[in-house]
Amino acid sequence: MTWDIFVALLAATVLAGTPLLYATMGELITERSGVLNLGVEGMMIMGAFFAFIVQFKTGNPWLATLAAGFGAACIGLLHGVVCLIFQGNQTVSGLALTIFGVGLSDYLGAPFIGEKTVGFQPFDIPFLSDIPVIGPVLFQHDPLVYISYLLPWAVMWFFRRTSLGLALCASGESPDAVQAAGLDPVKMRWLGIFAGAFLVGVGGAYLSLCATHMWTHNLTAGKGWIAVALVIFAFWRPGRAMFGAYLFGGIMAFQLRLQALGTTIPSSLMMMLPYALTILALLFSSARGKGRNAPAALGDNIAPGA
Amino acid sequence: MDGFRVVRRQTPQRWAGFVVLPAALLIALAFCSLLLMIQDKSPVEAAVVLFKGGFGSLYALQDTMLKAIPIFLCSLGVSIAFRMKVWNIGAEGQFALGGVGATWAVLTFPGLPMPLMLTLMLVCAAVTGGLWGMLPGLLKLKFGLNEIISTLMLNYIGIEFMRYLVYGPWKDPGSMGFPMTAMFPEEAIFPEVLGYVHAGLVVCVIAAVAVSVFLQRTRLGFELCAAGENPRAARYARIPYGFLLVFVLTVSGALAGMAGCVEVSATFNRLQPSLCTGYGYTAIVVAWLSRLRTPSIALFSVFLAGLLVGTDNLQVDMQVPAAFGGILEGFILLCVLAGQFFYSYTFVRTGRSQGGAA
Repeated sequence: MTWDIFVALLAATVLAGTPLLYATMGELITERSGVLNLGVEGMMIMGAFFAFIVQFKTGNPWLATLAAGFGAACIGLLHGVVCLIFQGNQTVSGLALTIFGVGLSDYLGAPFIGEKTVGFQPFDIPFLSDIPVIGPVLFQHDPLVYISYLLPWAVMWFFRRTSLGLALCASGESPDAVQAAGLDPVKMRWLGIFAGAFLVGVGGAYLSLCATHMWTHNLTAGKGWIAVALVIFAFWRPGRAMFGAYLFGGIMAFQLRLQALGTTIPSSLMMMLPYALTILALLFSSARGKGRNAPAALGDNIAPGA
Repeated sequence: MDGFRVVRRQTPQRWAGFVVLPAALLIALAFCSLLLMIQDKSPVEAAVVLFKGGFGSLYALQDTMLKAIPIFLCSLGVSIAFRMKVWNIGAEGQFALGGVGATWAVLTFPGLPMPLMLTLMLVCAAVTGGLWGMLPGLLKLKFGLNEIISTLMLNYIGIEFMRYLVYGPWKDPGSMGFPMTAMFPEEAIFPEVLGYVHAGLVVCVIAAVAVSVFLQRTRLGFELCAAGENPRAARYARIPYGFLLVFVLTVSGALAGMAGCVEVSATFNRLQPSLCTGYGYTAIVVAWLSRLRTPSIALFSVFLAGLLVGTDNLQVDMQVPAAFGGILEGFILLCVLAGQFFYSYTFVRTGRSQGGAA
């Protein structure tokens, strides 16, 4: 009996962790290219909106996911225009992007609040889903979850084994060196912003297509910000980012389960939990690492005409 | 061949703001007109409603002033932290905690005479808001915790704490189930001083003068600005960087807290969840648009407050969602950020005629 609850909780952990995994991995790619994009919350909720609206109009969840990715990437490119072309302050530009994205999704989504969609449906992977514990926890979900399993490994491979990935990471460490090697660090940063925003958008798509199956106000509820924190928590490493995403997925699943069971703890105190634990998690990791693994040129613009 | 090259200016362009700001506004308004047309609404009509609603009459201007007061106080606080390149984006939570502190004073010491009561409320709000700002400062100093994340997370936590209080221990039994405290006694409500603009305006003036004097006339204020320009040089000059870090975040929080006090007292006359409507984020936009200068902060507080009041009118008259204000704010800030490029860079023509100039 308690065992069943435990398995259900683990499965819920994977589900709650998936949007965080996409968003964290996206922001991680962007930051590794040297660009700090604090607009994750805004891009993520726009991704959720684009996914919802395309699903609502066409009924095709794959098309909706692509729309979310490209839509969020277009929002992210605004950050590129401000910071890469016009040398704007990256911190403030990201904040502006969040204010803008949250406002825009609320504005465009206002007529659709409460509308339901089908979105992705879970399907069991043959054989694997029959394994006790592991099956129900990992292999009875929807396709976006399965794709997310591959994501950290793909990103790791991209960073370590491809010349493009190496150049992208080098642009975050030393843009001058990239320039000296005859490559264009600004192009790498455009790529970092685009690819990162795309993944953040897919994370948003997961929220409206798989988690809620409907459009509501404030769908992300700070998940984008938690993703920004998780990148620091992960020391900018994809493997640790996956661990962090599932850790926080677990916390959110636990919180929801407790609320569903009806505790005497007031709901507003329960709602604080993920945010308070974000601070705690960062405290532990910064006490250990002091953020020494941050890309050296993170947040610095590349001056034109240099 | 003819082309253009980007060159850094020797000295920053001084009057660029007069071109950049209107241009940024125009672009933002054009974008928003597009959004309105998507929803089959006339942008011209909307612009009229927006500006008439925010600035068009004496009533509109007073409404605008009422919104500008909390925005100004929050923005003044945020700008002090920004001066030192400390990213306090926690004004929203500090604002909420200020509301909580002020309400605590009213609930604990009812029956004080008005001047004493209002002073006590302001002090309590400044203390609670200040502590809420001090916490991320200490965490950054002791553990190197990124203040952007901690101040933002404390926003969510602070707002949930405020909700907990009004849904739980502080709920008025006579509120028919609505989450709100009992109405404040008359002594705890800021009196009106100018039309129906309340005494929060006086708080703003005092705060603005105090901050200006502090920044321009005191050693610590000078050190603060220097530390923002170059933290490493500041350390060599034995400027107490760590102390300043905690100090600016505390002052920043205290000012936002006072804004919260003014709002619960004068606007709502009680503590209720609708206290937090994003003034803390608007404050960041204002601080950056005004490039951290106090007189400009006052000007832009009024301007953005007017846009928000105008947006409220749009919602009532043309059913435009309230989120329109956020889009405007965000997009104006993006445009201005991009436009600030022209303060320090210029385009130089490169071509045949340049010859030996290189």
